[in-house]
Amino acid sequence: MRDPKIPLIPERDHNKSPVLECVGLGIDFGGLTAVDDFNITISPTEICGLIGPNGAGKTTIFNLLTKVYNPTRGSIFLEGKNTKRYNTKDVNKEGIARTFQNIRLFKNLTVLENVLVGLHNEMDYRLFGSIFRLPSYWRSERIARERALELLSIFNMQDIAEHKAGSLPYGSQRRLEIVRALATNPSILLLDEPAAGMNPAETESLMEHIGQIRDTFQIAIFLIEHDMQLVMGVCEGVAVLNYGKLIAKGTPSEIQRDPRVIEAYLGTGGQADA
Amino acid sequence: MLLVSQLINGLQLGSIYALVALGYTMVYGIIKLLNFAHGEIIMVGGYIALFSLTLGNFHPVVAALLTVAGCTLLAVILEKLTYAPLRFAPRLSLLITAIGISILLQNVAQFFFDAAPRSFPASELFPVGTVMLGNVSVAYTSLVTIVLSIVSMISLTILVQRTKLGKAMRAVSEDTEAAQLMGVNVNNVITFTFAVGAALAGIGALLFVARFPQVTPTMGAMLGLKAFVAAVLGGIGSIPGAMVGGYAVGLIEVLAVYVGLSRWTDGLVFLVLIIVLLVRPTGIMGRKLMEKV
Repeated sequence: MRDPKIPLIPERDHNKSPVLECVGLGIDFGGLTAVDDFNITISPTEICGLIGPNGAGKTTIFNLLTKVYNPTRGSIFLEGKNTKRYNTKDVNKEGIARTFQNIRLFKNLTVLENVLVGLHNEMDYRLFGSIFRLPSYWRSERIARERALELLSIFNMQDIAEHKAGSLPYGSQRRLEIVRALATNPSILLLDEPAAGMNPAETESLMEHIGQIRDTFQIAIFLIEHDMQLVMGVCEGVAVLNYGKLIAKGTPSEIQRDPRVIEAYLGTGGQADA
Repeated sequence: MLLVSQLINGLQLGSIYALVALGYTMVYGIIKLLNFAHGEIIMVGGYIALFSLTLGNFHPVVAALLTVAGCTLLAVILEKLTYAPLRFAPRLSLLITAIGISILLQNVAQFFFDAAPRSFPASELFPVGTVMLGNVSVAYTSLVTIVLSIVSMISLTILVQRTKLGKAMRAVSEDTEAAQLMGVNVNNVITFTFAVGAALAGIGALLFVARFPQVTPTMGAMLGLKAFVAAVLGGIGSIPGAMVGGYAVGLIEVLAVYVGLSRWTDGLVFLVLIIVLLVRPTGIMGRKLMEKV
């Protein structure tokens, strides 16, 4: 761990703004332009939403940010640093963590182990330590366990730590993915449809948790979501994507009134008649 | 009593297969490669053991450590040189590369050490003699083989289940990309997996030449193939499966001898493979095929 004694509320340097900045970001798949000229700036403790119709390129943007894809055009700056040379692992090390639209937990690992894999990067692990089982190795392993349980307690999941991740109910799997992402000590957390498949009560409690996570960890959260109640309820800024292009950006109330957004979601009256 | 001593014999053989099968199954679990060069690692291990005992006149413990270290180093070099550049290539390219390396290593060994078998001074490595367990006499080598393999397998289980690297290995084998996004250094984990598999193969090589005391450039081929059968039988990708599969193949072989089918042992092993593939393609302890959504 960078510092095993880091409290649950880490000190963060807020002079380093913005935490994430995309400039003219774009990617082509063959001849198809999936994302074009995407610009966004997210400040250190902002909760920002990314919405748009299906196939607009929202998840593609997350994949660009995490270097699952390399952008064809444009740049991504993470806390002011250009991420051009980073691979997926480096991006995580430098502070981006994410969840997935279709849950991608390590299903055969326990809940605790899933979180420990997230903490992996945070702990200095020595090969020889693990082979010869040095006391210092087990001490750091114990600290990691404590830290993992502490993180699980955010969602009150510490009691099911030894269950297989794959055996959890759907909502808990989604929450575990968030905990696993938080374990990597990010400065920005990307949530890909965190409320998908949740019932209204679960969504309600998720909304509370998102705000709570931001306040506790003092991190930025960038989320893709179709549930407008959630987006409008927790986001301070919203970006709207359609056909790979950013069509609007602003506060939730500005977005709700924006004619281009209404057109993208509902179509124009003229076309409907045609 | 003959049956009991044959069963111990089978456990000895099975221990060796299990150790080698673990290398197959771990590498398959992590990068979906059937590493057909794995048998040749054992062959190289055999020569290292032979030369460090005869030419080097090393203490047997030193010779054993050199063998294990040599196998590990060779596997790491091969992985970095040949498999790592093919990380994003189709799986078939990897498989063909593995077969190519296998043939290359056999031929290099033949070129330098010639094709004639060299006898291995097994008595210098392990004490000769027998112990009486009840009224069955058991060779020291059988006992050492069984104990050493069990110790190796327990250590491996602790490594995989309890350590950070083990967790990373299991995470990578389930979802490489997600593991990467959690900050896991996938390249290191893959190299480490090859290294552990080869170290086990090195131990396997020592135990194999203790049992069949000769070294040839092609000695790894049949052993590798049988261990592969063991891995598939147990469920490729599954570590406990490789152990079970290894012992199963060892026992099948000695039981075939016991009932008088000694000329058919190899054939029987492959027959079992065919039956397993027909009846239960995922093996005894294999995971169910996961449906990709």
